[in-house]
Amino acid sequence: MTDTTRTDVLIVGAGPVGLFAVFELGLFDMKCHLIDILDRPGGQCAELYPEKPIYDIPGWPSISAQGLVDKLLEQIAPFKPDFTFNRMVSSLEKLEDGSFRVITDENEVFEAKVVVIAAGGGSFQPKRPPIPGIEPYEGKSVFYSVRRMEEFRGHDLVIVGGGDSALDWTLNLQPVAKSVTLVHRRPEFRAAPDSVNKMYAMQEMKELDFQVGQVTGLTGTDGQLSSATIKGPDGDTEVPCTRMLPFFGLTMKLGPIAEWGLNLHENMVPVDTEKFQTSVPGIFAVGDINWYPGKLKLILSGFHEVALMAQAAKRIVSPGERIVFQYTTSSTSLQKKLGVAG
Amino acid sequence: MTKLTFIAHDGTHFDVDAENGSTVMENAIRNAVPGIEAECGGACACATCHVYVDEAWTAEVGEPEAMEEDMLDFAYDVQPNSRLSCQIKVRDALDGLVVRVPARQG
Repeated sequence: MTDTTRTDVLIVGAGPVGLFAVFELGLFDMKCHLIDILDRPGGQCAELYPEKPIYDIPGWPSISAQGLVDKLLEQIAPFKPDFTFNRMVSSLEKLEDGSFRVITDENEVFEAKVVVIAAGGGSFQPKRPPIPGIEPYEGKSVFYSVRRMEEFRGHDLVIVGGGDSALDWTLNLQPVAKSVTLVHRRPEFRAAPDSVNKMYAMQEMKELDFQVGQVTGLTGTDGQLSSATIKGPDGDTEVPCTRMLPFFGLTMKLGPIAEWGLNLHENMVPVDTEKFQTSVPGIFAVGDINWYPGKLKLILSGFHEVALMAQAAKRIVSPGERIVFQYTTSSTSLQKKLGVAG
Repeated sequence: MTKLTFIAHDGTHFDVDAENGSTVMENAIRNAVPGIEAECGGACACATCHVYVDEAWTAEVGEPEAMEEDMLDFAYDVQPNSRLSCQIKVRDALDGLVVRVPARQG
């Protein structure tokens, strides 16, 4: 177990709504720590459609999704939020003093007075490839990421996909594995051209094998693969396979949030529309993950939700303290917090 | 109005009137055609609105562009007539278009 990180508010999800929550909470002097499964802030905006314009952000007739994320980061910078990336929150428990202990999938421990779930459509997780009967092999001989290269030493490795992950691991694991077969459904790749050229050069040298096709079947026993069937333009071929790495992109899953004892409504978390609090006092849910009558999954709705949530969170973090409603335009105390006081 | 027909995986036909300029995916969602998920809302970012274009229509509908082709890598059981329905715009020439919904999305 690592040391416990303490903060006022722990925000699960660093998408646009989680980021703006830092701003509204920061105006009330609450320190925030954000945890996200991706390797950078922005959530769907950064992962799914960074270059797509968004037309319904008030005051921005058109802004790219990544542009919005960049502006939000600039806007919250005065509040110095802390980020932990590449982590999923795996458990959450309420402590005797009413605060919460949150543990990540890498066993980091956080304690916060308030938890804000801003998890959007859920956490991004590797997509299970469309290969029948793959489930029993997962975690035993089929892996969706490489944690330790040694686990692939001496294995007949089949890598499936055409993006950077697939190509990078093909090149990096080739010296370690007994054999490497890269399978992609077409000869064009999404990966960087340089990696593709390197791969073709290694194929030329017979250091690896690239096959155009789709994996249609797996053979093995007790979770241990022995071979894979590849359906290509010239029919089926069988290749030796004792480890497989499929890279089929990411999908969003609610994940462990489902086990936190919160009421759920079709994989969303019901909240009240005064505080955006869940069925557990002190845990709030904002943005696409929450549900209430009339809910619209819009970024602008999430921005409204965090403003109201911050008021309620302040009452928990600083009980008894009077909450003064102020405008950033005219309040010198807010302007000091933003670092813009004259 | 342009007529579209969706054939769900169980064989059920959905005949819908579509507005020109809308996407085939939008019409599937509006008419609750089962098997079209459109997780990303039409941004060509997820491959969960995958359809098979009826053979009689592939020429008129056309080929996917590079970005859509990239996304199709993530779809289930991709065939030469596979398209992402969010990338097909309804127009007069597509009156009568038939598309089939695959067994599953991704």
